[in-house]
Amino acid sequence: MLIALAAIRLQDLFAVVMLFGVYSFMTATLFMDLDAVDVAFTEAAVGAGVTTVLMLSSLRLTSRWEQRPKHSPLVPLIVVGITGAALIYGTLDAPLLGDPNAPVHQHVAPRYIEQGPIEVGMPNMVTAVLASYRGYDTFGETVVIFTAGLAVLLLLGIQESPETKPGRTAIGDHQLVLRVVVKVLIPLILLYALYVQFHGDYGAGGGFQAGVIFATGFVLYDLVFGEGDARMVVPPRWLHRLAALGVLIYGGVGVISLLAGKAFLDYSVLAHDPVHGQHLGVLLVELGVGITVFAVILAIFYALSGRRRVS
Amino acid sequence: MILGAATIAVVVTMVLALIRAFEGPSAYDRMLAANLFGTKTVLLIALAGYALSWESYLDVALLYASVNFVSTIAVMRFFEYSGMPRGKADDGGRS
Amino acid sequence: MTALPDLNALFEWLSGFCLLAGGLLCITGGVGLLRLPDFFSRVHAAGVTETLAAPLLLTGLMLQMDWSLDLFKVLMILVLVLATNPTATHAMAKAALHGGYPRKAVGTDGSAEEDASSKV
Repeated sequence: MLIALAAIRLQDLFAVVMLFGVYSFMTATLFMDLDAVDVAFTEAAVGAGVTTVLMLSSLRLTSRWEQRPKHSPLVPLIVVGITGAALIYGTLDAPLLGDPNAPVHQHVAPRYIEQGPIEVGMPNMVTAVLASYRGYDTFGETVVIFTAGLAVLLLLGIQESPETKPGRTAIGDHQLVLRVVVKVLIPLILLYALYVQFHGDYGAGGGFQAGVIFATGFVLYDLVFGEGDARMVVPPRWLHRLAALGVLIYGGVGVISLLAGKAFLDYSVLAHDPVHGQHLGVLLVELGVGITVFAVILAIFYALSGRRRVS
Repeated sequence: MILGAATIAVVVTMVLALIRAFEGPSAYDRMLAANLFGTKTVLLIALAGYALSWESYLDVALLYASVNFVSTIAVMRFFEYSGMPRGKADDGGRS
Repeated sequence: MTALPDLNALFEWLSGFCLLAGGLLCITGGVGLLRLPDFFSRVHAAGVTETLAAPLLLTGLMLQMDWSLDLFKVLMILVLVLATNPTATHAMAKAALHGGYPRKAVGTDGSAEEDASSKV
């Protein structure tokens, strides 16, 4: 909380971004302490890695110092105070966290915990709920990510400019040690992303985390070797197609279930045996999620990093 | 018990790094302190995860080690090698 | 076969020693980060914690584990830490050097002078 207060008070936005990274580390440790491993994983990958990089790219395009607001903060403060008080008053009736008599623990959660290993057959209950029991919600999330990528591409667009031609304009020019170490490190990061993707059934992991880690590998390449080389490795056209491909895979699995006579996204028809069908279905939809997340994050990064300030 | 003492030592180091990240007169000091904080978080998760039997804690620690590195490189790239305006609290040099 | 119980005790002693040494070096590095006067000297302090204390702590952890996948994962974390942290510190120090962070140069007669130019 101290970090959050300091981040509000500081006017140097560059320091604020770094403090946000630190805040994200602490939040993820807190999640680990609460036994929410998948959430901690995603918080680590997204909050400390990708968000820092994206905020720094946009900081480079705007300005480093916060401008003082031109109006007095008294009226917004009163409005926020009244709304916050009303919300807190509303939560006084809610059950305490972890209360075993709470309604959320009575109906759906025991069914998932007891029937999950039997119906879906995978040890990681979070992935079972995410991809199978609540597969429709996850489909919506994937489409939301795709829409966010679409919005960024419509508003900003991935520009071709002199800075994005091949030829070194980045850190790698000056630092030989960094260049060599990163060349060895990036394949390992990508391999780890694949491990996280396919190990999501058994341990922490899954499509979202894997897509983010995969994108982080390519972002690292872009940071050290320059935008030109990075765009030769992953051209922006491919990102458009990959983002759509991920959503298509996910929706395609649902449509196949429809064509086979069952409900949308009912995986049990995909193989000879319902449990095998569930496994195959979860594998395919996590793959779709991973591909979309990777393409969208890399597209947003390309859109922000390829621009230069008009000043 | 020794594991607990090592964990406390790591937490103390994290607090010290945080103090440097708040003060640090130049941006380089803050960069260094943030990188150190990230490294210590990796150690904290590895040690505390083994002691408290968290699940899949090593995957998260491995992820943090890479993400911390990427974050540090990003900060350097966007501060040093891009012509961002230097701050008033900073050094002189090229501008 | 009578050597086996001694081996376990030896591992425990080694592990405890590594953990204690690692923790102590961590705190030393942290205190150095706060008290040293200049960025470049703080880089030295931070380098100690990252490159020496972290592998010691992880080795101490490894000695307490059985042969399992977890052991190899800790080994991978150790290799990753050893590879990336000195690189990051080196990159930061070199960036500060080229960025014109004021260096205090020691003159030929041993007195310290401020040197804000960065021609290298």
